[in-house]
Amino acid sequence: MQKSLSYLSSAIGRKQLMAITGLVWSGFVLTHMAANLLIPFSAELYNKYSHALITNPAIYLAEGLLVLTLLVHIANGVKLTLENRGARPQKYAMGTNGSKAPRFQSTWMIFHGSLLAVFLIWHLLTFKFGTDYQIVYDGVQMRDLHRLVIEIFAQPAYVIGYALCMVGVGLHLSHGFYSSFATLGFYHPRYSPMIQGLGYLYSFVVAAGFIIPPLYVLMTKAN
Amino acid sequence: MASANSKKINLKLKVWRQKTREDAGRFEEISAQEIPVDASFLEMMDIVNNRLIKEGRDPIAFDHDCREGICGSCSMVINGNPHGPERGTATCQLHMRKFHDAQEIVVEPFRATAFPVIKDLSVDRTAFDRIIAAGGYVSVNTGNAPDANALPVPKEKADDAFNSATCIGCGACVAACANSSAMLFVSAKVNHLAVLPQGEPERERRVLRMMQTMEDSGFGNCSNTGACSLACPKEISFENIARMNAEYMKASIKRRD
Repeated sequence: MQKSLSYLSSAIGRKQLMAITGLVWSGFVLTHMAANLLIPFSAELYNKYSHALITNPAIYLAEGLLVLTLLVHIANGVKLTLENRGARPQKYAMGTNGSKAPRFQSTWMIFHGSLLAVFLIWHLLTFKFGTDYQIVYDGVQMRDLHRLVIEIFAQPAYVIGYALCMVGVGLHLSHGFYSSFATLGFYHPRYSPMIQGLGYLYSFVVAAGFIIPPLYVLMTKAN
Repeated sequence: MASANSKKINLKLKVWRQKTREDAGRFEEISAQEIPVDASFLEMMDIVNNRLIKEGRDPIAFDHDCREGICGSCSMVINGNPHGPERGTATCQLHMRKFHDAQEIVVEPFRATAFPVIKDLSVDRTAFDRIIAAGGYVSVNTGNAPDANALPVPKEKADDAFNSATCIGCGACVAACANSSAMLFVSAKVNHLAVLPQGEPERERRVLRMMQTMEDSGFGNCSNTGACSLACPKEISFENIARMNAEYMKASIKRRD
């Protein structure tokens, strides 16, 4: 037991924990984004989907897994960042630049990561714990989440803030996706550029997919 | 050395001066006059130091040895980049033709907790020696040297090992890394030996011990930015790190002690 604990507390073990928990959330945001695309199409479909989701007993398991992986990801990320800062107490007068500079999103993970943590609380307060409108479809009473979504996304300031946070999601994923594979040891000169390309495509699709519904609502439902 | 009639430039150096390990250190502006563009960066430093000595001032301390890009002694962060702006080039092979007349050049030491400054631009890189001593070797029997090529090694594996073995242990990867991590160095050494039959007997304990020593020496953790590989004068591939991640995971699972 002592040894397995030492793996989880090692530099590589903790990095792999970041990768696995990050990949769990990468899967979650993709399904969340896909569900959000129902918003412009049908209030009924969207409400029925969210009703089916929250009435499924497996939701508790899924939510438990998401909360646990998120806490591990955040706690680990903060601890690693603090350690990394301690590894260079004296900063350089000039940073790496030109052809030797790494992609900026990779060195800013803690910044967009922190933004996302704040966003998540804001997001849960707005929607999950927001106004509980009710509606009846086919004799079944359920939450009218769509009404709340339309109400919120009709506010331009909210949509701007939301869109900026989604750009943060895209940046975080664009490094995190590819990085997770490398951390877990998947690297091959032929396939890794494809994984990186796929990571960029995936992060763009996720960010764009999250931004489209609020923009649509703002343009069609405002006033 | 540069020929007498090569073009010459004048530069404004902003050099980190630190008398001792404990000294806080500061930047000092020093002019570099009449520098032949064919001189290497270290030769430019020699010219400046000659003048400082003649003027009775303390010359700038910096590390150097072979001056042909293979010893890993020269360090320095030049205008923000370890070994300067050129990819795949050590400071000793960086030439002044890459700079222009009247340019300001900021010269700093490699900065990391694990690489404390000894004086000016010279840093203590013995943490790398400790990592090597922890596992970066193969044990061999004493006695007569074995016949050459008695142990067959496929060409692809030999090339793979050689690519990793080109690491000169200069520490530019640590200097460039936002986290001062030594993962590229450690992984190059681990992979060099992991792909060869000679490295097989100590394979698992090697990666565990070298990583443990890296952590104990105060280096940071890798976040896969790839800055290490971009700064490496030998262009050691980032692939080494990914492979070592898998190697470390396997060794951690398989260990029986």
